[in-house]
Amino acid sequence: MLNATVKQLSLQLAQKKVSSAELTQFHLDRIARLNPELNAFVTVDAARSLAQARAADAQIAAGKAQPLTGIPVAHKDIFCATGWLTTCGSKMLANFVSPYDAHVVERLNAAGAVTLGRTNMDEFAMGSSTETCFWGPVRNPWDRARVPGGSSGGSAAAVAARMAPAAIGTDTGGSIRQPSALSGICGLKPTYGVVSRYGMIAFASSLDQGGPMAKSAEDLALMLNVMAGFDARDSTSLERPAEDYTRLLDASPMGDRAKPLSGLRIGVPKEYFGAGLGSDVGAAVEAALAQFERLGASRVEISLPNSALSVPAYYVIAPAEASSNLSRFDGVRYGYRAPEYTDLADMYAKSRAQGFGAEVKRRILIGTYVLSHGYYDAYYLKAQKIRRLIAQDFVDAYGRCDLIMGPTSPSVAFGLGSMSSDPVQMYLNDIYTVSANLAGLPAMSIPCGFGEGDMPVGLQLTGNYFAEARMLQAAHRYQLATDWHLRQPAGVE
Amino acid sequence: MSLSLQEVKRVAWLARIEITDAEAEAAQGHLNGIFKLIEQMQSVDTEGVAPMAHAQDVAQRLREDRVTETDQHALYQSIAPQVEGGLYLVPKVIE
Repeated sequence: MLNATVKQLSLQLAQKKVSSAELTQFHLDRIARLNPELNAFVTVDAARSLAQARAADAQIAAGKAQPLTGIPVAHKDIFCATGWLTTCGSKMLANFVSPYDAHVVERLNAAGAVTLGRTNMDEFAMGSSTETCFWGPVRNPWDRARVPGGSSGGSAAAVAARMAPAAIGTDTGGSIRQPSALSGICGLKPTYGVVSRYGMIAFASSLDQGGPMAKSAEDLALMLNVMAGFDARDSTSLERPAEDYTRLLDASPMGDRAKPLSGLRIGVPKEYFGAGLGSDVGAAVEAALAQFERLGASRVEISLPNSALSVPAYYVIAPAEASSNLSRFDGVRYGYRAPEYTDLADMYAKSRAQGFGAEVKRRILIGTYVLSHGYYDAYYLKAQKIRRLIAQDFVDAYGRCDLIMGPTSPSVAFGLGSMSSDPVQMYLNDIYTVSANLAGLPAMSIPCGFGEGDMPVGLQLTGNYFAEARMLQAAHRYQLATDWHLRQPAGVE
Repeated sequence: MSLSLQEVKRVAWLARIEITDAEAEAAQGHLNGIFKLIEQMQSVDTEGVAPMAHAQDVAQRLREDRVTETDQHALYQSIAPQVEGGLYLVPKVIE
């Protein structure tokens, strides 16, 4: 059970080799044992999870099972779920019990998945290390002195330490892909608009997208089949026919079993292999690219000339949207209210000063400044123009290739506290991930080897709009030929 | 460019976040570091480039003009810091 994928567990449940109640209890026991040190989960409610598991078992017994029926899934603490404490990693929402379900949560519930608990995260998803949480930092299961990446670091650590077979996360600038890379698991950010943002606490609405995190590409496809879908309550949700993201997994375009990826053109951007990339990460990524070539894919050298501007533009656009989104936290309708204040303005200012942590305040200040009178054109409008240039770079590149591959993150997981004092250094970790959010493209990370300190390295695959199935196919074929994704950290047996 | 301590305090006021002098000084250092990074944007000519506000170029959906929401104020107000008689309570604004 420990190393089984969602796909394998689903089969075992269908064959009644294990019940969902047993599977859920198995993972709850692991959480009880491992979580005190890793801090990946912030809320666990065994009775609630087990009740869902028994209901799933009844569905299975009645012959009404769907692929995720009875599978325990850990939820990032950013998805509103009725009756669950939904804190978004913040003191501001430390007492917030959601009165409604996010669309993604509704869909997982309807599919019979079991909510295994709520995972720790950077406060309001602002961070690349899962250290800015009100509930304390998460530790990387591969080396407990290091960070798991962020902001979905709790979800990544939960899957890596085999406390959950799968998890859900959100990605505004890399928050699914970077922790997946640093924790040695798989994670996918879909095309913007594919997964509804309804009930997902907003950070930067034009960039936010929910997605799955799991051990294999095949599992991501199964999860995305449930998570994706139109929802009228999200004004940016796309009305598209339902898609089976597993449909290409076993397809081989040329029918050649030895070279199942023949015809696939992989674009390798030269800008992703320059100064700033760790040599250990570069070597693992090059080895992965060679493996894809052995599987029949061809390699095309491409250029994304405006890559270096993606971090500066992102750190204008994301904080600008955040400063607007987070203005709702005012101590009036829900969340934290300061115990003492003199008048209404003082109540707002004190509630927000006491309820938000340092990184969240920093980003609200950046956003407020770039949107303030006299600075809008120089910063926000300029960043939006650069966003267009970055998106156009991808349009040009996809004229020459089908998928783009490169590193997910410039280094393996770094030490806890090693970047906390310098926000700019922390932001530069997002160099390879933010472009996909700015352009709205689907992107994923899969394990592809180990680097410094025997820490996992992630390979990033970026697809054209709605190319999730193609990305998943390529990743799945790679995973049939390699076993990086099945490695597990020592000490979690 | 660099932000003065006065500007940091003004922005904090605009954002309705109380800030102490010590916090403002720490924020000033961090913000100026971040704006140095952001200034790299000025190195590229964006004359004539259409700003991109959104990842998908789609029009806003319209919906039928009918009531879809049910009254859930009691449920939603059950998690509010202070309510009375169905109203959210805040300090007195008008004397």
